Amino acid sequence: MMDERKRRTIGGVGDPVPKKDAPALLSGKPVYVEDIAPRDCLCVKLMHSPHAHAMIEDIDVSRAVKAPGVHCVLTYKDVPSCRFTQAGQTYPEFSPYDRLILDRHLRCVGDPVAIVAAETERQALAAIRLIRVSYSVLPAILDAEQALDHSVLIHPEENWKALVPECGADNRRNLIAAGEDKEGDVEAELEACDIVIDRTYSTQANQQCMMETFRTYSKIDAYGRLEIVSSTQVPFHVRRIVATALDIPKSRVRVVKPRIGGGFGAKQTAVCEVYPAIVTLKTGRAAMIVYTREESMTLSSPRHAMRMHVRLGAMKDGTIRAIDMHTLSNSGAYGEHGPTTVGLSGHKSIPLYTHNMKAFRFAWHTVYTNTMSAGAYRGYGATQGLFAVESAVNELAHELDMDPSVLREKNIVRQGERMPAYYGETADSCAVDRCIARAKEMIGWEQKYPARMMENGHIRGVGMALAMQGSGISGVDTGAVMIRLGDDGMYNMSIGATDMGTGCDTILAQMAAQSLECPVDNITVHGVDTDTSPYDCGSYASSTTYVTGMAVVKTCEELRKKIMRVGAQLLGCTEDDVLFEGDCVQKADGSERIALAKIAEMHMLAGYEDISACVSSGSPVSPPPFMCGCAEVDVDPMTGEVQVVDYAAVVDCGTVINPNLASRQTEGGILQGIGMALYERPSMDHLGRTVSNSFLQYKIPARIDAPSIRVEFEPSYEPSGPFGAKSIGEIVINTPSPAIADAVYHACGVRIRDLPITSEKVLMGERE
Amino acid sequence: MMQIEFILNGRKVSAAIEADDSLYSVLRALGMYSVKCGCETTNCGLCTVHMDGKAVLSCSVPAARCEGHEITTLEGMQEEAARLGACLAGEGAEQCGFCAPGLMMNVFQLARENPHATDAQIDAFLAGNLCRCSGYVSQRRAIRRYLSMMEVQG
Amino acid sequence: MAKYRNYVMAKTIEEAYALNQKKSSVIVAGNMWLRMCGLKKQTAIDLSLLGLDKIEETEDAFVIGSMTTLRALETDSALDQAFGGVFARALAPIVGTQFRATATVGGSVYSRFGFSDVSALLLALDAEVILFKRGAVKLTRYQQEPWDRDIITHIRIAKGQRAAVESVRVSGTDIPVLVCAAARSEAGIRLVLGARPARAIVAADGVDGAQMETFEHIAGRTAFGDNLRASAAYRRRIAPVLMERAYTACREE
Repeated sequence: MMDERKRRTIGGVGDPVPKKDAPALLSGKPVYVEDIAPRDCLCVKLMHSPHAHAMIEDIDVSRAVKAPGVHCVLTYKDVPSCRFTQAGQTYPEFSPYDRLILDRHLRCVGDPVAIVAAETERQALAAIRLIRVSYSVLPAILDAEQALDHSVLIHPEENWKALVPECGADNRRNLIAAGEDKEGDVEAELEACDIVIDRTYSTQANQQCMMETFRTYSKIDAYGRLEIVSSTQVPFHVRRIVATALDIPKSRVRVVKPRIGGGFGAKQTAVCEVYPAIVTLKTGRAAMIVYTREESMTLSSPRHAMRMHVRLGAMKDGTIRAIDMHTLSNSGAYGEHGPTTVGLSGHKSIPLYTHNMKAFRFAWHTVYTNTMSAGAYRGYGATQGLFAVESAVNELAHELDMDPSVLREKNIVRQGERMPAYYGETADSCAVDRCIARAKEMIGWEQKYPARMMENGHIRGVGMALAMQGSGISGVDTGAVMIRLGDDGMYNMSIGATDMGTGCDTILAQMAAQSLECPVDNITVHGVDTDTSPYDCGSYASSTTYVTGMAVVKTCEELRKKIMRVGAQLLGCTEDDVLFEGDCVQKADGSERIALAKIAEMHMLAGYEDISACVSSGSPVSPPPFMCGCAEVDVDPMTGEVQVVDYAAVVDCGTVINPNLASRQTEGGILQGIGMALYERPSMDHLGRTVSNSFLQYKIPARIDAPSIRVEFEPSYEPSGPFGAKSIGEIVINTPSPAIADAVYHACGVRIRDLPITSEKVLMGERE
Repeated sequence: MMQIEFILNGRKVSAAIEADDSLYSVLRALGMYSVKCGCETTNCGLCTVHMDGKAVLSCSVPAARCEGHEITTLEGMQEEAARLGACLAGEGAEQCGFCAPGLMMNVFQLARENPHATDAQIDAFLAGNLCRCSGYVSQRRAIRRYLSMMEVQG
Repeated sequence: MAKYRNYVMAKTIEEAYALNQKKSSVIVAGNMWLRMCGLKKQTAIDLSLLGLDKIEETEDAFVIGSMTTLRALETDSALDQAFGGVFARALAPIVGTQFRATATVGGSVYSRFGFSDVSALLLALDAEVILFKRGAVKLTRYQQEPWDRDIITHIRIAKGQRAAVESVRVSGTDIPVLVCAAARSEAGIRLVLGARPARAIVAADGVDGAQMETFEHIAGRTAFGDNLRASAAYRRRIAPVLMERAYTACREE
């Protein structure tokens, strides 16, 4: 029976099938936003604030309006006065409504001062140079440490609004969120510990650097509605955000997502959509904005820079009894994802050490500053928190003179344990112990720990880190899938989940093929168009495989029933007497069968029911994937240069749906993590201007920087996930920073607690 | 405005250009949508095309300089693209695909200059083609396979 | 982005020179960095039709056309043999092969970028810059002069030298944090420091039998600055290390 089912299913769960869009992408077909935009789109350009904090005293656009080719010049006087957030999040929206499309009050360098739309890019840029603005410059807060209760208020406006007051936001204090989560008496436990590691760590506002910058075009469609085609991870949220910002009914907005050139969380914020949208509304013309790389590096949605204070208490035998952590998160000029990212810094790091934990406390503040607004970036706070907690665990191992892998084995969460610091959820699937064991074998931990001197005078050290993440947001994220039976017995699957290059169109089709016992080529996938796709919150929070994947399973179950019902009708028996066989429905006794293609044909005639199903799914839990990463670094002790020479990683993401695509996610995430650890230096001058504003000044890893990255899976089986799957997309970026920092420490005795790990810090740092 | 003529994917074309237009903007205007732009600082490699059989960054080639030259984009190399594309797709190495056309154009150049390239030589030759999705290791494998496949075919 | 009103494909070097005498003109070489600088000019003068892209070998020198690409320098077999592959090693980290396929040696030399790997190596090799009007000028001198309106036609490098380049970079294709080029000629070993981050300079000349203390002394009297990539203090710390490595490499060659 199983064998038969396997034979019918081709490219199902566990197969490394190529992505469905691969032929188009690899022959250079015009499938991205800018390729499919109408040729007569107006070019939309923004005039940016030169000041970190200022009021527009006067703005004169009279010459710009008259410039050749110019169709529209908008200033703060021309936009609706209702505030909104660009964060693409589900109700209840945690991010404060603190933005206008254009505001008189400018809160960071780059903040838009005016929107110009002209026939050509040259004309739009020329018109911007004709706009005269006088600013009254205000004192700016550039340092997050200074922001809370500062006399300068970044959002003094009366109509500032926090939709979820429970998150502790208070614009009169420059505060976006504050809170505390705890269990047990952490002070008493720390007091009772033999050793307490008390350290502060910090991480930077890294840029996602997807190859396709932010871009959107909009037009008025045949029904007079505003159609927005955008490179976004969150089409349904964009519909709401644009409608709110423009103060028009959501029913007037339609959002389409074509192929996307990468997102990594950046496009979970509607960074640029409102600008062409308002131009189209004002002019009736199609309009497009394409961010330059400089705009994408200076006015976008980078990672929240965080400063984390960790107190980690343990006994001499290495049992970790208490963790106390405080995170200060810098959200920049606006609050996008500010209240939520900070939570992950503790909630997705502390629970790793549940096993012997007697008490924990996790407190946080997220503040406004006059810097670029932060947003969502792969890992979403967990990356920052894990750098702190994993580094602290590595420091504890050193203090105890213990192998850090052994220390971890002693304290890690076990399958079946309740995790108090993870909203009290239980680890129903957890193979982190096997991940550690296998990663050690792969890197050759026993031979290489802690470090070896090489013939050329360099030193090679190894380091380890663990990671966890979630799988969707429990009780919030939801995705629906619609599948219709079409001619020839093939299936049309509509999804609202957004493939941004990750391959979710393909892996969801693989799940459908598995459920419907057919070749994956029989499943067509379409997404996303908010007018026709079923609702999905979007692709973020590591939700697509787990949340939308479950919706695929449920939809297929319902569809099979309908097929069997019509099949039974055609076979002249009841549905209890038939079996679904993938390419046919047959009587249970095997006497008669009817081909699926025939059923498909017949159901298009009068008298038969429609064979389609649409089921949504959400989960009350968010089962964490787990991972162990081991780095081997080569340090030149004379220059402090650090090169990662080998990286071994083992991931427990539950069942692996597509080994190729899961491995690519992992390898790509690890290299981004290596970039964050070593190369990428978000930098600002004393006036708040981002100077790391290009690929020249912000170095993402190139091919020659990429080490051997070796990835394996140690699957557990997650009972609440589709075919036992959990998530993969985010967790993979979390281990490099702490693992590399410890490898560097083992190589040369310098402990780096503030990222990135530069050769200068390594050479000039204090040797412990 | 000035008028230039050049050979695009084997056919003579003419274009009205500004003195400071780049080859990149002319190619997009001519509908060569495989050619992408990922930066303004010559770092990303997305805009790679061939000029007289050499891989160049079309963002940095002055359009006016192209008069009479031969320009080739991925649109003009579809057979080769299918072969290399199959190797990349077999690994899932294209991911978002936005960097793929520029990368592929430079791989074709590599195949001409050094068909027996080692892994280190592949990485060095293609260092100017950034990719943020893949982590590169699968692309390296795919390109190695493509090169050995081309060798077998002679 | 650079802006021009007219783009002239010069037919002769005389025409290019005449056009370039106006302040509103600019020479376009590789158009790599020029494009990015936001310059606004009336006339852009293109030298690519003038045949200045050849590498010629004479009895005692290489004469390299100013429009020769970095990629051509890197892959030229005669240069490779004469200088033991140092051009390939020095130029390989510059952005990528496509960049080097159009970036020119003349553009690098004229621009006097502080971060230039090319200038550092050419300075060590005591290259001469051949200008259309002025004739031959030592690069050591040219490098320190302000931008002028003459046109570089060739770069001349004397044979019979051995050179080595050492650098520290944030990442493999980045511009250097510090670069040290060393060349050994009959006059001894010359050490050049570039990406200080100011213009590359000859840090020491005619060095022989040097020890680590010598390099530390040289670093001590050399001016370094801060930028995004590193502090002056770090540069001063690693300068002796790079000098020692480059010195040793070109002595052993």
